[in-house]
Amino acid sequence: MSMNSPLVAEQSTVSVIMLKVLGALVPAIAVYVYFFGPAILVSITLASVAALATEAAVLYLRRYPLRVYLLDGSALVTAWLLALSVPPMAPWWMVVVGTVFAILVAKHLYGGLGNNLFNPAMVGFAALMISFPAHMTQWPAPEMLAQTHWSFTQQMDFVFGGMLPADSKLDAVTMATPLDALKTQLHLDREMTDIQSGKIFSTLSGKGTEIIALLYLLGGLFLWQQRIISWHIPLSFLAAMFGTAGLFYLFDSSQYASPLFHIFAGGTMLGAFFIATDYVTSPTTLLGKLIFGAGIGVCAYIIRVFGGYPDGVAFAVLFLNSAVPLIDAYTQPRVFGHARKWFKGSKE
Amino acid sequence: MRTLYPFHGGVHPADHKSESAQLGIAVAPLPQRLVVSLFQHRGSPAKPVVTIGEQVLKGQRIGAAEGMISSSVHAPSSGRITAIELHPAPHHSGLPDLSITLETDGEERWIERQPMDYCAIDPSGLRQHLQDMGVVGLGGAAFPSHVKLNANHLETLVINAAECEPYITCDDMLMRERAAEVVQGIMIAQHAMGARNVLIGIEDNKPLAIASMQAACQGTGMEVVVVPTLYPSGSTKQLIKLLTGKEVPSGGLPTQIGVQCFNVATAYSMHRVANHGEPVISRLVTLTGNVEEARNYEVLIGTPIGELVKLARPKADTTGYIMGGPMMGLPLTDLSVPVVKATNCIIATSKALFPPLPRAMPCIRCTRCAAACPADLQPQELFWFAKSKNFEKAQEYKLFDCIECGCCSYVCPSHIPLVQFYRFAKSEISAQEKDRKAADLARERHEFREFRQEREKLEKAARHAAKAAEAAARAAKTSEGGGDADVDAAAAAKKAAIQAAIERAKAKKAAVKPQNVDDLPPEAQAKIDEIDERRAQAKETAEQTVTAQNTDEGQSA
Repeated sequence: MSMNSPLVAEQSTVSVIMLKVLGALVPAIAVYVYFFGPAILVSITLASVAALATEAAVLYLRRYPLRVYLLDGSALVTAWLLALSVPPMAPWWMVVVGTVFAILVAKHLYGGLGNNLFNPAMVGFAALMISFPAHMTQWPAPEMLAQTHWSFTQQMDFVFGGMLPADSKLDAVTMATPLDALKTQLHLDREMTDIQSGKIFSTLSGKGTEIIALLYLLGGLFLWQQRIISWHIPLSFLAAMFGTAGLFYLFDSSQYASPLFHIFAGGTMLGAFFIATDYVTSPTTLLGKLIFGAGIGVCAYIIRVFGGYPDGVAFAVLFLNSAVPLIDAYTQPRVFGHARKWFKGSKE
Repeated sequence: MRTLYPFHGGVHPADHKSESAQLGIAVAPLPQRLVVSLFQHRGSPAKPVVTIGEQVLKGQRIGAAEGMISSSVHAPSSGRITAIELHPAPHHSGLPDLSITLETDGEERWIERQPMDYCAIDPSGLRQHLQDMGVVGLGGAAFPSHVKLNANHLETLVINAAECEPYITCDDMLMRERAAEVVQGIMIAQHAMGARNVLIGIEDNKPLAIASMQAACQGTGMEVVVVPTLYPSGSTKQLIKLLTGKEVPSGGLPTQIGVQCFNVATAYSMHRVANHGEPVISRLVTLTGNVEEARNYEVLIGTPIGELVKLARPKADTTGYIMGGPMMGLPLTDLSVPVVKATNCIIATSKALFPPLPRAMPCIRCTRCAAACPADLQPQELFWFAKSKNFEKAQEYKLFDCIECGCCSYVCPSHIPLVQFYRFAKSEISAQEKDRKAADLARERHEFREFRQEREKLEKAARHAAKAAEAAARAAKTSEGGGDADVDAAAAAKKAAIQAAIERAKAKKAAVKPQNVDDLPPEAQAKIDEIDERRAQAKETAEQTVTAQNTDEGQSA
């Protein structure tokens, strides 16, 4: 028994929270495997091992107790989120380099659990995106659309050794994502309806990917129901992206995709429920969370549509991460017994 | 149905109330020895008014209130005074109190009890009487009640019967069994302050108390308001908000918003004082937790707790005792401490009821604490500032509005002892404030001293100049008349003047002896020493926590 009140506490721990986050990802991963083959499981495993090994090494160097910090589950969450953001057909060392960078630089160089300014998984992703842009486009085609089918062994030969099967090319099994396709086709002055009649597109966004997005949404709702996350960030994120996309869509639907397409495409759902909601790198006030989520939604749309990258969620998250201390400072809620102020600025 | 105005946050700890609410109130047996602390209320301690060896009657005043914020204490039974000395007391500081030990004679001979017609005397007379009879808040804070009654034309009198802390059922049982007397007590407070409305807030986990109070309130105009069970709805500010929608201003008093709040047991003791002439010499105490027979007892103030807990037959695996509830209570290290007016509950602890908490992890900013905070604070920010000793920021984020209810620590998934950090920061800030005041005073004195020295120098120079002029004039005169005697006389006069100046300087030095802590009367000095020591202890515990936390993060286990 502790010698200071309160002498009782809820039995929840950081590990339980992180485990629930991982659990909420499982249905989406299962569907991922169904549509794109088991290669993603290999990248998740690679990322997990790399994350735990890096975490252990840094903890050892920093003289932290290993067991309790390895079991907190935060490194695994980073690993899984990063693995889900990297093409499973990319060379094996990419996801490893990204994870090591995420844990080492984005997390521990900033002080470790609870102290990092930027979302580690997104830092890892950004590092890979900038360093290896070509590899980052090697997204597998959904199995029903692929020209040829590689066996799991053939896929692994390619991922680990870069060896192509004798009678096949990489193009046969990879495909541009809907966002990518949209971007390149629009540059060719094609009309939206024309582009979206392409075989990769489907009712909501892309074949296969839209179902995964739906399951991210379900997993996110589970986290909300479990009170792991609040509704503020995901809702304001999705609403802002939907609203921005809606405006452009109303303005010119031949040049801009529908708002529904945008919230089910790319990293939107994963970002809204699993990445932007990261406790450490998001605001703590409710108003701050709304601003943060909305900021990501708008920025992600702008990068996606007008920027050089097909998707903008990761960069939008990083950009808004850097604004979190400012957002928090300016959105402090009224304290009990204090007068209501319209402008709640910090003194600094 | 009255509209409620929920406060923010709150938690639902397991309430463990049914264990001690099965049996009716029993009277604890008369102990052989009673230890009555002279400092069982907020403010200044009472002054002993009996001598060792004196025979006293039950209800006789043995300690008189000293000053406005103070309260008297009375002999809980008849017997002989055997000691007036420092004795361990149930304080967070762990410091002993000056206490009066009474050897009981078992005869329970009362003083002459004089009921009073409280409507016939003016409110200030009633307040004086309540102070003389030792009425203080029995909800746990033990603030002298007469001070709080100093208000008139009050809009709403709130009676706190929420009893939101787990385990405690003494208010519940009091209302079940003595509702009519409670209501008579409330009438006294209502009369004294001219309160227009009376709202009695009871949590909905006490249906029997609610029914009993509703029956007793019939025709009185008082309203029993059933509030949802949510810790800390029994905190004064939160209950007032809940019932009236008004917030007590930060740093202010409830009377500023036309409200005053008394605990239900305090109202009962007002009734015993006014209508029966009995001072506060006993109270209800819940004995519960890891015991064979949890129950509420009417216990004489001063009963040693170690003796009292035996009534409930603690189980063999009992690990310790808590005074108060598990959220804000005080773990007892010494069972010789006596029951005081603030003792509402004694909980026997065990590993099963109070499992050790997992080790503290870093804050992950999950904001569960912010969601649970009934004061609308951002505990995660306050933690950050307290830990980094950024006290200015901590104050800017309203550290001093923290009521230390423990909701934040209760929900923290990293099990950080947040309240400890806030206590640490508060005590550090108070210390800095004190140091700053002392430094200001010292600087003022130093500046005055420099000014005085400068002035004296100028005065001296002026005197010298005058004297030189005089001497020159005289020399001119002498040279006219001639003769050395005058010169000698002038030298002697000069010597005398110097001597006189030295004397004056000495006298002045003695006069400007600094008005600082060196010359305080012994009581004030004792008080300062005590505050210093409490602060040092608070600082030490808090620093240990901080160090432990830092060590956890910096060292491998």
